[in-house]
Amino acid sequence: MVKKKKQIKKKSKQKNVLNMVEALNQALFQEMNQDEDVVILGEDVGLDGGVFRVSDGLQKKYGKERVIDTPLAESGIVGFSIGMAAAGLKPIAEIQFSGFLYPAVNQIISHASRLRNRTRGAYTCPLVIRAPCGGGIRALEHHSESMENIFIHTPGIKVVMPSTPSDAKGLLISAIRDPDPVIFYEPKRVYRSIKEDIPKESYEIPLGKARISREGTDVSILTWGSVVKDCNEVADSLKEKVSVEVIDLRTLKPLDIETVIESVKKTGRVVIVHEAPKTSGFGAELIALINEKALLDLQAPVIRVTGFDTIFPLYKLEKHYMPNHDRIMKGINDVLNY
Amino acid sequence: MVKKIIAKFEVEYLQVLKHNGRFYPNLIPKLPESDIQKMYELMLLSRKLDEKMLALQRQGKIGTFAPVKGQEASTVGSAYAMGYQDWFFPSFRENPAYITRGLPAEFTLLYHGGDERGNQITPGVNAFPIAVPVGSQTLHAVGFAYGLRLQGKDSACITYFGDGATSEGDVNEAMNFAGVFNLPVVFICQNNQYAISLSRKNQTNAETIAQRAIGFGIKGIQVDGNDIFAVYRATKEALERARNDEGPTLIECVTYRMADHTTADDSSRYRSSREVSFWKKRDPLLRLELYMLKKKIQNYNYFDDIEDVISERVESIVARGESYPPPNVEDIFKFTYKEMPWFLKEQLEELKKTIK
Ligand SMILES: Cc1ncc(C[n+]2csc(CCOP(=O)(O)OP(=O)(O)O)c2C)c(N)n1
Repeated sequence: MVKKKKQIKKKSKQKNVLNMVEALNQALFQEMNQDEDVVILGEDVGLDGGVFRVSDGLQKKYGKERVIDTPLAESGIVGFSIGMAAAGLKPIAEIQFSGFLYPAVNQIISHASRLRNRTRGAYTCPLVIRAPCGGGIRALEHHSESMENIFIHTPGIKVVMPSTPSDAKGLLISAIRDPDPVIFYEPKRVYRSIKEDIPKESYEIPLGKARISREGTDVSILTWGSVVKDCNEVADSLKEKVSVEVIDLRTLKPLDIETVIESVKKTGRVVIVHEAPKTSGFGAELIALINEKALLDLQAPVIRVTGFDTIFPLYKLEKHYMPNHDRIMKGINDVLNY
Repeated sequence: MVKKIIAKFEVEYLQVLKHNGRFYPNLIPKLPESDIQKMYELMLLSRKLDEKMLALQRQGKIGTFAPVKGQEASTVGSAYAMGYQDWFFPSFRENPAYITRGLPAEFTLLYHGGDERGNQITPGVNAFPIAVPVGSQTLHAVGFAYGLRLQGKDSACITYFGDGATSEGDVNEAMNFAGVFNLPVVFICQNNQYAISLSRKNQTNAETIAQRAIGFGIKGIQVDGNDIFAVYRATKEALERARNDEGPTLIECVTYRMADHTTADDSSRYRSSREVSFWKKRDPLLRLELYMLKKKIQNYNYFDDIEDVISERVESIVARGESYPPPNVEDIFKFTYKEMPWFLKEQLEELKKTIK
C-alpha cells in the first residue's frame, strides 16, 4: 500500500504537461543547452521573452550574446541570420507575426534558399525562422493570415507547421538540427489551447513525416495547423455514421507523400482543409499529386475547405473565413454524397 | 595627402513649454486663445477615449489596440498644424491625428471592434487608413506628395512613425526618395522611447533620430514632443517649407508612451516604475494646463468641468459606434476587386450554404 503510493507520486512528478508555447520554450532551452552555436534573435525575444513568451527566460540563462534583441527590421533579422548561419552558427530567428515576414522575403527567396546551390554546397544556411501564424484569435489586421504557400513554392526552403505541443517540440528540435533553412510556422490559435503530457527529455520528430491524427476508412482529411483540431472534432461528432481519417501533414515541404497516397488508396475520398486562401494554396498541389499517383483510386473529386481568396477579414467576420466546423462538415458530406 | 573636414552638421532642438510651467514667450505660436483651448480639449478627448477603449477592451467589446497616452501633444500638435489641403499617413498610434483632422471618432472603435467599416475615411479628412506593418506607410506619403506636386497642388504630406520604425528599410527608403525628389513631406517620428520592449538606445547607436536626416540630405530637428507648442511650431514651419518647394523635414518628437505597447503587452517586464513616474511629471496635458492657467486663458473651474464634458462626448462616441448594425458575410468579398470574379462568387455561395 505504502509502496504503491510512492510509485504514483514518482510518476506524477515526471509529468510534463505543456501547452505549445511551453513545449517550444522547452525545446529552445534544450537546444541552447546542448549546442553553443545555437543563437536566438528577433524583435523582443530577449528581455521580453517574445511577445508570446516562447523565448521566455532564455536571455537570462544564456545571455545577450546568444539571445539577441534586434532592431525592428525583418530583412535585417533574416539577412543577419544568413551571415551567422554561413559562419557556422545555428540561428533561430523569430519573426513576431508571419504577416511581418514580407520585408524579409528578399533575403529568404534570393539568398537563404539559394546559398547551398549557388556555392555547389560549399556554403550552407542552417537557419530556422519561427513565425506565429493563422487566425481565430481576434487579432489586429495583418495578424491572422496563412501564407505558407509562398515559401512552400520556394525551392530550397523547408516548411513546417505543427498542430500540437508534442509535435511542436520534436519538430522544432529537428528543424534546428536540419542542415537547410526551415520556416517554422506556429499556429497561434493552438499556442495555449491544447495541453499535452510530452516527454521531458529532448526528442526529434523527423521533418517530412506526417502524423495520422485519427484513423478511419471512409474519408481522408488532409490538413495542418490550427484546423487539425477542428477536423478531429468534426470527425468525432460523425463517428457513428462515418469513419474519418485525419492526417496532419506537419511538414508541408518536403511532403510525406507516402502517408498521403496510402490513405487516399484506402478511403478513395479526400477532403483537404487549410486556413490559407484557396487559389494556388497547398491544397491545389495535393490534388495534383493525388491525380498523378492515385487518380483511379478516387471515388469522388477531392474537396477543398479553405480560407477564401479574399483579404483576411477583421475579427467580427473571421469565423466565416476560417474553415469552421460547419464548413468542414459540408466538405465531408459533399465528398460522401458525390 | 590631404586630410581635412569637408562637412559639419548640427542638430537643432526646440522646446517652448517646460514641464515646470515656465515657457519661452517669444517662441509661443501666434494662435488665438480659442485655438489653444481647442488643442487642449483635443488632447483631453484623446486621453479619455484611450481610457474608455482600455475599459472596452477589458470587457471584450473591442480587440487589441495601441494606446496613445502620453503622446497626445506630439500627435494633436502636429495634426493641428496641417492645412485643410494637406494629407497625413499614420501608423497605428495616431488616433488623435484622425480626431484633430475631423474623422468621426467612432470609426476607431469600429476598427478595433473588428469591423472593416472603421477603416473608411470621411472625404475631406485627407488621410490614409492605419498602417500596421511598421514603417510601410512612409513610402506612400512620399509617392502621394509626388502625385500632388505633379498635379500642381499646393499640399504637403505628413507621415507618422515610431522610433522602432526608423530601423525598417521602408522608412529609410522613404526619406531618401523624399530627399532625391525634394518632395513636400514632413516625417514625424514619435520617439516614445520604446518599440515594444526595445529601448530607444538599443534601437540605434545614433545619439538622436533627428540626425538621421543629415544622411539623406534633408532637414532634421528634434523637439520636445510633450510640448504641444514646440511640436505645432516645428510642424507648421516644416509644412510651409514643404509647400514652398524647400524640401522635406524629419521632426523627432521626444515623448513617452505612458501605457503598455498594446493591451497585449506588460511594460513592467522591461521598464522601471521610476522611469514611468519621471515621465508622468512631463505629461503633455499638465503642461498646457499650467500655461492656460498662467495666461488666464481658463480658470480652475473650467478644468474641473471640462473633464465631465469630454467624458460625455466619449460616451456618445461609444453609443454611435455601437449603433452600427453588424457587418455581413458579403462584406468579406465585396471589396477584393471592383468586379467580383467567378471564384469569389462561387466561394461566397458555398459559404452561405453553411450559414443557418
Ligand atoms: C513590419 C512589422 N514588424 C513587426 C511588427 C510588430 N510590431 C508592432 S508595433 C511594434 C513596435 C513599433 O515600435 P515603434 O515604431 O517605436 O512604434 P510604437 O509602437 O512605439 O508607437 C512591433 C515590433 C509590425 N507591426 N510590423
